[in-house]
Amino acid sequence: MKDIFRVRRMWRPRSELKPRYDVVIVGGGTHGLATAYYLAKNHGITNVAVLEKSYIGSGAAGRNTTIIRANYRTPEGAEFYKKSVELYEELGADLDFNLLFSQQGHLTLAHSDRGIITATERAEVNQLLGIDSRVIGRDEIRELCPEMDLSDDVTWPVMAALYHPRGGIIRHDAVVWGYARGVDRRGIEIHPYTEVTGIDRENGRVTGVQTNRGPISCGTVISATAGWSTLVCDLADVPLPITTHILQAFVTEPMKPFLDVIIVSSQMHVYISQTDRGEFLIGAEIEPYTTYRGTSTFPFLEFAARHTLELFPQLERVKVLRQWTGLCDVSPDYSPILGKTEVEGFHVSAGWGTYGFKAAPIVGTTLAELVATGDTPALIQPFELERFYTDTLVSEVAAAAVSH
Amino acid sequence: MSFLLACPNCGPRDVNEFHCQGEVTIRPKASPSRRELSEYLYFRRNVAGVQREWWYHRMGCEAWFLAERDTRTNEVLSTELPE
Repeated sequence: MKDIFRVRRMWRPRSELKPRYDVVIVGGGTHGLATAYYLAKNHGITNVAVLEKSYIGSGAAGRNTTIIRANYRTPEGAEFYKKSVELYEELGADLDFNLLFSQQGHLTLAHSDRGIITATERAEVNQLLGIDSRVIGRDEIRELCPEMDLSDDVTWPVMAALYHPRGGIIRHDAVVWGYARGVDRRGIEIHPYTEVTGIDRENGRVTGVQTNRGPISCGTVISATAGWSTLVCDLADVPLPITTHILQAFVTEPMKPFLDVIIVSSQMHVYISQTDRGEFLIGAEIEPYTTYRGTSTFPFLEFAARHTLELFPQLERVKVLRQWTGLCDVSPDYSPILGKTEVEGFHVSAGWGTYGFKAAPIVGTTLAELVATGDTPALIQPFELERFYTDTLVSEVAAAAVSH
Repeated sequence: MSFLLACPNCGPRDVNEFHCQGEVTIRPKASPSRRELSEYLYFRRNVAGVQREWWYHRMGCEAWFLAERDTRTNEVLSTELPE
């Protein structure tokens, strides 16, 4: 009986840093923890430390809008995210933790001929790769989402939609905690409030890191630090083609459930879902200027609320519960930057812009494989940092610039 | 919160009136190598601190101007028209 009330820790607090680890992962979010998890699980590498400058899951891992999907525009991107969705489908069982994954379906609305063409292109690419994704008309949209305003008497009437049945939402904090627990159980150390202040190199090779808690020697360093990627990579003198912007979201007060699909409108720069708690979760696009200041803005709330009301006028009197902001590392082609850099032993997971959360499991598995074998897995070869020097970009603007 | 930007022509205005073109970059020398051109096109310093950047007053006088802004606080230290 007493056992029911025992406080269970998801992961152990660790007192001292060891003088040496095989691998140091900078960033205790979903990407860092997933990489650590698959290093241990798939490759038996457990002399690893995950260093996080704040609390675990404090960055983008705890601020995203939890949407999981694979209906991207480029074959490289779609194939990559398809694998990620498949891993997410198994993740709850794998971690033995309920992630509340709800594959309720994902609708990207088209409000113009151009929008329909883009949706059709994405559907074609998706279908070739075996991703369940198709363009549907207004009748089917009405069946899936009868509450949405589909009348013609609005600024942007809905003409069609890209429907992705396996898209869904998940409990993002549970993903962080589940991974952290799995990492801890396999003997990897998690060190919150440990900030990396330097990356030591010798002859172009990583030899260790400096932290606010002392130096560590190590053979491999992985940066998984989202909006702070530039600052961490600066420590290793690795320039990045990214800029840091803020992305914002807000939730309304909880309501009786009536929306069980995710609605995205690139035209109106808004995406909407209803959480398990009944709150409407609404996000928009990044602010156009670069900034590291994570303060919410009123114009965002105004624009996002206005566009939400175009689609769901019945939310007119609903109150906003809270609003928040996260830092995004936006790359020029809206595709990630994954894998090796010109410093040997220093790998990055960066350039994630607004779509990093949905890739966490596949980033973890591929980066772990890279560390274990020394070879870049074929799945992430298109996303190497090198592509910006050889001008072989992977433009994902059509499917990632605004929509989620 | 948003912030104000002092247009050299129009004075302090809401940031949403402007388009931000990003940090000031140095143009590569004539006939650059592919690497030099790629660095110019894609790579950014993305500093957390004072950054010199291009702005365009799209909902006002349509002037291009330079600003110095602290990206950690969004405090605009100065603005000026280019020479």
